Amino acid sequence: MKTNPVQGRILLAVAAVAVAGCAAIGAQRFDVPAYAKASFAEKGAAKLDRLDQSELQRTCSEYALKPLPDALRARLEKQELARIKYPANSRYLGDWKQGESIAQSGRGLQFSDAPNTVAGGNCYACHQLTQQEVSYGTIGPSLHHYGKLRGNSEPILKYTWGKIWNSHAFNACTNMPRFGDAGILNEDQIRHVMALLLDPASPVNR
Amino acid sequence: MPLINRVFTSTSFDGRGFVASVALAAGLTFAPFLQAQTPAPAGSAAAGIEQYRQMLQDGNPAELTALKGEGLWKTRRGPKGVSLEQCDLGLGPGKVQGAYAQLPRYFADVNQVMDFESRLVHCMVTLQGFDRAQVTRAPYSREGQSATEIEAITAFVVDESRGTTIAVPQVHAQEKAAYERGKALFYFRGGPYDFSCASCHAADNQRIRLQDLPNLTKPEPAQKAFATWPAYRVSQGALRTMQWRLYDCFRQQRFPELQFISPASVDLITFLGVNAAGGKMDSPAIKR
Repeated sequence: MKTNPVQGRILLAVAAVAVAGCAAIGAQRFDVPAYAKASFAEKGAAKLDRLDQSELQRTCSEYALKPLPDALRARLEKQELARIKYPANSRYLGDWKQGESIAQSGRGLQFSDAPNTVAGGNCYACHQLTQQEVSYGTIGPSLHHYGKLRGNSEPILKYTWGKIWNSHAFNACTNMPRFGDAGILNEDQIRHVMALLLDPASPVNR
Repeated sequence: MPLINRVFTSTSFDGRGFVASVALAAGLTFAPFLQAQTPAPAGSAAAGIEQYRQMLQDGNPAELTALKGEGLWKTRRGPKGVSLEQCDLGLGPGKVQGAYAQLPRYFADVNQVMDFESRLVHCMVTLQGFDRAQVTRAPYSREGQSATEIEAITAFVVDESRGTTIAVPQVHAQEKAAYERGKALFYFRGGPYDFSCASCHAADNQRIRLQDLPNLTKPEPAQKAFATWPAYRVSQGALRTMQWRLYDCFRQQRFPELQFISPASVDLITFLGVNAAGGKMDSPAIKR
């Protein structure tokens, strides 16, 4: 990748901040994870290492209030794209009914959840999906008629799988969790959510 | 599942069950709404929720909690057998009216910034002689239980600021530093979901399920949010404080457990309070 001198300096500055995990306070910088750890305690499945940021989390925090430079965005998306694990034998689709249950469930990974809780995808928290479910959020775009509008060709299947697995591969610093990459949903669960989105019989496409 | 049940069970990230009080209230106030066989569009559901909120305003159980808190504030208690009436909340010892609206602030006697709940604990320990660990062991009541002492006293004190303009100070260097740390934490992404506070609270007109999300970086929604906590939460049958509000946000954010009156909690409340400058306190409020 070629970078001009200005971009190079930006990347260097980013790297300097990212390595230390620091935030600026006036002229001073402070270590946010270390500061946060002193105010949180581990409980259940939620250990203190959840406050150790990945490079992606650090960079996205750093750029929360300013535009992500194009070169940095391209680097992050390339890096995240390489992390996507596609299903064996292109087996992309499961059962849309199970997908609907997963889309409805917001359980899992909270310190209040029992350790054996099966996590949901909580898709409805942010997206419209079926027309029947009126209690949907608006942080993400409507996915009603997702498959009806796009069909289910191999490129669409692959893109949709990748977007669910690691959304940052296509939109660095998006609000959407990395459901596969972060281990929130397993492959079978993602297949079911895929079917909810793409099966012509799914109420999403009715 | 009837629509209203889904509305109220699905507004949080975890989809936990709702308490009987909501079902009862919903059944009483929403009978025509519940009988609709065809799904109502989200707009009418939102209108229904607004109607429900307005009906809640008729009677707020927090009034009883505040009365209990007033009793606790004025009674001689603790190993030292004194009341909290000489507690200095920032306006001088014994001055309660309007005090909540200017917290968190810097206190010279402890050389740190404190929010109301931190200051209350400080006074219970230093004035009344209570054991700090004992006082902070269980600050939040469980669903349907009566309010804890912390909750009751907070309800009383915040009630004494109703109508007062929110003016969280940014004068002392430590107050400014608290704001900046709170801001950094607000945008700090972490955990398995990569969420920060800003994931849900930095854009206009967004919802989780049907729950409106205030943009806490803008004056008007920040004022409305800050002005209406603490609040009586009907779905939990409990009075909830600002410390609890942050605690439960972080739970849903998939973070570890935010510690009661920890430095990060005070810094975040400072950030929110400064953003809410100019609003008028209207608490304890009553919420779904």
